Amino acid sequence: MLTVEDLDVWFGHPPERVDAVQSASFTVPQGESFGLVGESGSGKSTILRAIAGLIDTWSGRIEVAGETIAGRHRTRTFHKTVQMVFQDPYASLHPRHSVDRVLSETLRLQGMDRVDQRITRLLDQVGLGQGFRFRYPHQLSGGQRQRVAIARALAAEPRLLLLDEPTSALDVSVQAEILNLLCDIRAERGLTYVMVSHDLAVVAHMCDRLAVMRAGRIVEQMDTARLRAAAAQSDYARALIAASTGYRRPA
Amino acid sequence: MSPLLSVRNLRVDFPTRSGMFEAVRGVGFDLGRERLGVVGESGSGKTMAGRAILGLVRPPGKVTAERMELGGESILNLPESRMRRLRGSRISMVMQDPKFSLNPVMTVGRQIMEGYRLHTGESRAAARDKALEMLRAVQIRDPERVFDAYPHEVSGGMGQRIMIAMMLAPDPEILIADEPTSALDVSVRNEVLRILDRLVGARGMGLIFISHDLNLVAQFCDRVLIMYAGRVVEELPARDLHAARHPYTQGLLNSLPRLDRPVERLAVLRRQQGWRDAPPEGAA
Repeated sequence: MLTVEDLDVWFGHPPERVDAVQSASFTVPQGESFGLVGESGSGKSTILRAIAGLIDTWSGRIEVAGETIAGRHRTRTFHKTVQMVFQDPYASLHPRHSVDRVLSETLRLQGMDRVDQRITRLLDQVGLGQGFRFRYPHQLSGGQRQRVAIARALAAEPRLLLLDEPTSALDVSVQAEILNLLCDIRAERGLTYVMVSHDLAVVAHMCDRLAVMRAGRIVEQMDTARLRAAAAQSDYARALIAASTGYRRPA
Repeated sequence: MSPLLSVRNLRVDFPTRSGMFEAVRGVGFDLGRERLGVVGESGSGKTMAGRAILGLVRPPGKVTAERMELGGESILNLPESRMRRLRGSRISMVMQDPKFSLNPVMTVGRQIMEGYRLHTGESRAAARDKALEMLRAVQIRDPERVFDAYPHEVSGGMGQRIMIAMMLAPDPEILIADEPTSALDVSVRNEVLRILDRLVGARGMGLIFISHDLNLVAQFCDRVLIMYAGRVVEELPARDLHAARHPYTQGLLNSLPRLDRPVERLAVLRRQQGWRDAPPEGAA
């Protein structure tokens, strides 16, 4: 479904050029959920943004559903195949657009018919229902906004969802609801996920495999069982897993 | 032993167009020389309770309490001039993001010196020595260089250590830390916690640790208050957190994905109206 090969991403020009991602390679087969983890600045979100076409300073090969991608330009088919959900539901929705407008605009852009019916279905699917159709973002809680963002991503009937820290701005009880929703949607539609998170427990819950990143490079790829067993091969990944199990008081 | 801080029936109210909004609704606790965790979700009133103790609730917000005593002396609604003398010297606060709490146009060293001299009246030379000593105490390797640096020249973890150095320089009795590590990466987080732990322990301070992270609080603190809708719904020793009895606390714990315990589906919290009003579990 997704192949990334020797991906380099950089910002700025020499001598100030920052190499945000360096020779990253990974493959995500159809139907799999793949996690990208690492600390801030490790380049995990940058990879997602390069795939989505939000960054044009990259080199290497990105192939989505058999289509090779170049630069920043993305075809209509690409947007029908790939959609993205961002971290901050407060920033990713237009404050003066109602839920109805957000969804109908997206549906029309995607050239969908029966817009009205589709909105009804989308709202039901993300657990919001019709009562929310004519609300504005400020009338929604953080969790409800993230549901709208997910509905918007689903409007195009994509096959690959790029999830950039979709629950890290939310309370834990709301996080549980959104993660359950994402699991249900994936099971129902056979979607492929690439999920970026700094929370290893969230990734273990959501993903089949993951890549650990550090300073722009993928240090290690492993499956979830290995993550849960804390049986990483590289020292860095082991240290990261140990640190995220929490604080131990020095003896 | 008398507590460092004693609070009874603390309330914070904000008038709004649709009536009074009660942010904190009758919170009470005693703080000794211990690490007290205050846990809750956003909007539970945990930050507002901390701000009320420091006298930082701005009008039209209104703070009332049956008792709010620091070392036996009432600090409820003191005039700002008196509160300002207490703040920093006897009670300090570390906030979530050092980016917003450090002055961006003043070097780190000058900021630490300024606070210290204000509260102790020490000379410049003594304040400089103190600042360097504090930077060393929070394990900054090159204190002279950091002393002359501006906040934008240091990382988030270092910024938070600088905040802790600044807040602890005047030797306060109580430190209120509001999500001090939430903006930090896990490895840096644990380092900052270790420093905080050591300093608070060595100085015999009382620490109020406000956080949304239950597991972290269970590992770091001695005692935990769980807040919901402006009230304390449960209080228990931190090591017993996983044996919590209140359905809200249990619900929060169960909704967290865990590395060591895979589940098919995450438990979802079902909020009950009664939680807003019932008296706290195990209340005296």
